[in-house]
Order: sequence, then C-alpha cells, then structure tokens
Amino acid sequence: MPLIRLRPRARCCYLSSMPPEVIRLIVNGESREVPSGASLLQLLERFDLDPRLVVVELNRQIVRRPALAGTRVRDGDQVELVHFVGGG
Amino acid sequence: MSAAWQDTALAIGGRTFRSRLIVGTGKYRDHATMVGAHAASGAEVVTVAVRRVDLDRTKEEGLLYHLDPKRYFLLANTAGCYTADDAVRYARLAREAGFNEFIKLEVIGDQQTLLPEVEELLKATRTLVADGFQVLAYTNEDLVTALKLQDAGAAAVMPLASPIGSGLGLLNPFAIRTIKSRLTVPVIVDAGVGTASDACVTMEQGVDGILMNTAIAEARDPVAMAHAMRLAVEAGRAAYVAGRMPRREVAVPSSPAKGMLG
Repeated sequence: MPLIRLRPRARCCYLSSMPPEVIRLIVNGESREVPSGASLLQLLERFDLDPRLVVVELNRQIVRRPALAGTRVRDGDQVELVHFVGGG
Repeated sequence: MSAAWQDTALAIGGRTFRSRLIVGTGKYRDHATMVGAHAASGAEVVTVAVRRVDLDRTKEEGLLYHLDPKRYFLLANTAGCYTADDAVRYARLAREAGFNEFIKLEVIGDQQTLLPEVEELLKATRTLVADGFQVLAYTNEDLVTALKLQDAGAAAVMPLASPIGSGLGLLNPFAIRTIKSRLTVPVIVDAGVGTASDACVTMEQGVDGILMNTAIAEARDPVAMAHAMRLAVEAGRAAYVAGRMPRREVAVPSSPAKGMLG
C-alpha cells in the first residue's frame, strides 16, 4: 500500500485537450481507477469476472451482455457488478 | 413413488413441476453439502439471491458453478429489499442474470420479524407483472393481502408458516387453509418450517407446495433432512388428497362389536 497516492499527471489541466490516462469510477460502492476509454467488458476482465455470470448496471441502467464490449465508462460513472449468491 | 399414488403436477406461471418442494441455497456450510441436499430433496426449483460481487475475492467460485441450470429451475429472490423500487431493481438484475422471468418477491417491512411491507409488496407486484414477470409473492398469512396479490397478477402467493428462519412451524393452519380455499393461483407456504412434521402438516392443509431453506441448511445433517423433507412433503400431499377421517371426541372400536363370546 503506497503511503502517498499520487494523482495521475494527465488529470492536470495544462493540456486540457488531452484525455486523462485514468478515470475514477464507483464500482460496487468503492472508488476504482481504470484506464481512460475502458469498456465495461474490460472492467469485468480486470476483476477476473466471467461476463456470463455477472450482471452490469451502469448508472442504474442494466447493460446487457452483447453491449458490454461497446460501452465505455466515463469518469464518475457508478457501476454495480452483481451475481447470484446463496439465498432462500 | 408407488403406482398406487400419482400426484398432479404443480403448475405456476405456465410451467409445471413434479416436485412440490422448493429449496434454498443459503446458509450451507459448503457447496458439496448444498449439492447433496438438493439432490436428496428431489426439488426442481431452487432459490438464489442477488448481491454485489466481492471485488477483492481470491478467485472464489460463484454459486452458478455448483448449480446446474439444466437440472434446476432458478428462482431468484429480492431478499433484503425494503421498498418496491429496490425490489423491482433487484428483480430486473435477477432476470438479466438468470434464465427466466420468475421472481420470488420479498419486500420486508420490519428487520426483527422480516414480516412483509404489504403496501410496497403490492406496488412491486403490479410493476413487475406489467413488466412481464411471473411474481411469486412472499406474504403474511392474511387472506385479504393474499387476495390483493392475486388480483395484482401474482403467479403464486406465498404465505409464511412462521417468520423466516425461525423454524417455529405452522403457527396458523386455519389462516393457511382459508387462503388456499379462496385463491385460484397456487399457494406455496414460504418460511418457518423447522422439521419434517411441520412440512407434512403444512401440506395436509391442501397448499400446493412449500419453500424452505434454513430447515435443511441448518440441520445437523442437511442431506438427511432434505430427504426427510421430500418424504414429508409427499406424505402430507398424499394425505391431503386422500382426505383424512373425521375427528371424533369419542372412541369407536375398530373390531366388530358383534360376535363376541357369550
């Protein structure tokens, strides 16, 4: 665990036309950084999740499996990744 | 099952099932015990819950690795939801994760008793029915609520025997019989069964099935209890269909009174 978390340089504003290298999402209630331009499918891969077993909600809208690869996340997006667990 | 007794199928929301026992997947000590209990129960429908993936997990296997969707019909629940909006959100996620449009709708109104929030339950039922769901609504043993759920389009109404996870058994057989006698949709008793005799007595009230989780999962030997529950549900059902003898306050001899020695 780093003692000091450096903000990514690309978030600085001196080159406003350049997109940031990483963006921040809220995934399952936790702040997470992902590369800019990442798709939801890439987000699942990053967490080692099988897209057939996980349902993705992006800003409270369900994104169906065929659309995961083509849906890019943006800074500040809220993502929920859910699956089936034991229950009665 | 012997040739002397052949039950009709249980029909819910356009599907038919041979087993009248629906079992849960929660609280098992390990996946192998759950798989063994499911097989011993003879159930075709198993319930599951929808929750966030643990992002920091160490490559643990998900529930679906242990549940064959070809063998079991997955009935997702909305357990833990306290409002209609939350329940509808969970139901839609479940439909996307699952393989069917069935939902076990729970909208809880009280944390200590886990009794249903009836207004929100009815609201969620109407929304989900309009959205194409087959709603199996967990409710209390109140006839008027059960009738309202049926009117709202529920595919089945699921009154409790006693509070969820309590194992107190069937507390109000009269109320359950009343609901069963007045509804046309299937009545599945959901929650409260503690042991095999509870399941048998519940089925003897004439209900269409029972849903249980804790009674099996928390038994000392869940596989053996699942077997017992299967027998109890079948026995109770057969006894109901057979029609019990009348209760009498006096003894009536089983052997002839005539022909005794003088």
